[in-house]
Amino acid sequence: MNAIGQLDRSPLQIDSGMLPRPFVVRSRREEMSDCVTLELAALDGEPLAFEAGQFTMLYVHGVGEVAISISGDPAVSDSLIHTIRAVGAVSQALCGLSEGDRVGVRGPLGNSWPLERAVGKHLMIVAGGLGLAPVRPIIYWALANRDRLKSIDIVYGTRAPDQILFAPQLLGLSTTDGLRVGMTVDLADQDWRGQVGVVTDLIPSMLREPAETVAMVCGPEIMMRFTGQALAAAGVPAEEIFLSMERNMKCGIGWCGHCQLGPHLICRDGPVFPYPAVRDLMSVWEL
Amino acid sequence: MDQAAAKSISMGANGLEALISVLEADGYDVWGARERDGALVLGPIASIDDLPRGRIEQAEGGSVRLVEGPRDAFFDHTLPMQSAKRLVYPAEERLFVTGEDLLIEETPVETRPIAVIGVRPCDLAAMETLTTVFESGPFRDTRFRQRREALLLIAVNCMRPASTCFCASMNTGPRAEAGFDLALDELLEDGRHLFVVSAGSARGQEILDRLDGEAASKEDLQAARDGSRACAEAQTRRMAEGAEQLLKRSYDHPHWAEVAERCLSCTNCTMVCPTCFCGTVEDRSSLDGSEAERWRRWDSCFTLDFSYLHGGSVRKETASRYRQWITHKLAHWHDQFGSSGCVGCGRCIGWCPVGIDLTAEVAALAANDSSSGQQGEERR
Ligand SMILES: Cc1cc2nc3c(=O)[nH]c(=O)nc-3n(C[C@H](O)[C@H](O)[C@H](O)COP(=O)(O)OP(=O)(O)OC[C@H]3O[C@@H](n4cnc5c(N)ncnc54)[C@H](O)[C@@H]3O)c2cc1C
Ligand code: SF4
Ligand code: SF4
Ligand code: FES
Repeated sequence: MNAIGQLDRSPLQIDSGMLPRPFVVRSRREEMSDCVTLELAALDGEPLAFEAGQFTMLYVHGVGEVAISISGDPAVSDSLIHTIRAVGAVSQALCGLSEGDRVGVRGPLGNSWPLERAVGKHLMIVAGGLGLAPVRPIIYWALANRDRLKSIDIVYGTRAPDQILFAPQLLGLSTTDGLRVGMTVDLADQDWRGQVGVVTDLIPSMLREPAETVAMVCGPEIMMRFTGQALAAAGVPAEEIFLSMERNMKCGIGWCGHCQLGPHLICRDGPVFPYPAVRDLMSVWEL
Repeated sequence: MDQAAAKSISMGANGLEALISVLEADGYDVWGARERDGALVLGPIASIDDLPRGRIEQAEGGSVRLVEGPRDAFFDHTLPMQSAKRLVYPAEERLFVTGEDLLIEETPVETRPIAVIGVRPCDLAAMETLTTVFESGPFRDTRFRQRREALLLIAVNCMRPASTCFCASMNTGPRAEAGFDLALDELLEDGRHLFVVSAGSARGQEILDRLDGEAASKEDLQAARDGSRACAEAQTRRMAEGAEQLLKRSYDHPHWAEVAERCLSCTNCTMVCPTCFCGTVEDRSSLDGSEAERWRRWDSCFTLDFSYLHGGSVRKETASRYRQWITHKLAHWHDQFGSSGCVGCGRCIGWCPVGIDLTAEVAALAANDSSSGQQGEERR
């Protein structure tokens, strides 16, 4: 970490930076009613290596470009996986793409989850709603590195039982003493047997040795604010809590100024920040 | 540059015309501040007759106009409304064109060599600031670099400040130490009218060597430095010390609501600022949709759209947008780029339609600083 408490960034990349590379949709999978996972392959076959936590700027011809986290396995670089919720013009266009369609990709951009910090410790992953997509690369990594971690705990909160992202994968994890999944929904239906409420309710009971835990969190800002507080209150060291932040992004490479959160340019200094670097900023009005 | 070559020369006032000829002979378009509709604009100049000789600005919060000055100097005025920023970072430009196959065709940067005459120390500092923004991060803006390489900067050290100037308190002027190809000091006293010319780069030295002049005398060099000192002392505005820390503990200050009653969110301040770099991109497509273009253009943190996230903008209120702008300039810029984002040019003061003055806003925040020094440190 550097002087102002930010994670060190990846090595200098010299590039014109603003030009997308053509990719092709290799497969498309509907996750939920308004949410699609796209698997992309580079048109020139050149794989795109990335680290867990990085994002790209995805471009749909003539429509626009938006920031989307890479939701695939960082150990597999020949396919690039993104999970997108349709909320507006560009994300809808992305979700509407079919196999064989082209997408422009800039990236990978931003820093990454500090995975190695979790080695020898308990790893707690906390996600809210679509925030599960940006943390899925951590899960892939953790499953591949189980013997280096004391334990893996995934805490997931979502709106309703039919809004569980990656449900087959998540529910299909064979949980053991060393791997637990805690889930909660805001609104239960008749068949729901699990928890109802916010993720922060689950955290105290799922923490093992707080002082020996590294936590990685992604979700709506308000959820991250309370999750950070809950983790810290339970004894997880503040500097071992990491959050992936979000602001409007137009360039993704530090030139447009849109993604500012106080002292940070989220695209350049983040999106992953240690909790102390953003804790106070999250409670400032309209920052 | 070695010491021997770094000597300054003195040349008569008519040497200015000769300098323009040398620049033109080298293929440069020569740009400078010219008078238009009672204001100064940056544009091409054909000869010294296009310079606003003898004119000075009468500037205050909310107004800048040119009036007759006390003497016949070429450069007693200060700044055109727009800095040379637009020559390295155009207000709008196309980045690429693409068909549906997404085989991207980058739009080449078209540059012509341009020599800008009369760049003030604050604007030179702003050019350095922009260079840091576009070249110090993980990505380097090659379009900026190509345009910057095409520029020759001929600085003029200021002998007379406008009332909106506060470069002395920002340590960016009124004398240029670096960042120029050539620098001029205009001396006009005891019936003599001359320029002291100094080179700041190899390119500048090469031009200086072709000018008619003699090695600058000790007296002339001293007069030039005295002029700069007098100009610094004549500045009436200043930025309070400690603005960075003050702003960082003032997120919740009641003063923001008060500024918001005056601020129109018109974006003028950001459009005239020589360091404001915020931009956006726009995608346009042909009528049949087969061809698409990506454009990059200036944007402003004063717009509602700027902070839009699905579901609504983060900065809905003018109060939070003004806070964002001034806090970025004076405080967070230090974290992001290692310097202040304000060079003290005062443009935003003069061109704000309601005369909002950042130095006065900082003073107002300081006057009602809930957590002074020590406490502020603890709160963070
Ligand atoms: C680092 C990062 C990672 C992200 N990862 C994902 C992801 O994995 N999956 C996913 O579905 N979404 C993700 N988002 C959010 C996604 O970028 C927005 O949903 C998307 O920009 C909405 O664009 P739109 O044109 O469809 O919607 P509109 O609501 O019409 O948005 C208009 C414009 O505003 C900007 N904008 C709006 N919302 C956001 C936002 N939340 N973040 C940044 N810019 C925004 C964009 O420039 C967009 O084009 C991420 C955002 C960031 C910053
Ligand atoms: S903030 Fe105002 S005074 Fe400072 S550099 Fe920008 S325009 Fe000039
Ligand atoms: S401070 Fe003045 S120039 Fe800037 S947005 Fe507000 S009214 Fe416009
Ligand atoms: S998205 Fe442009 S600076 Fe971060």
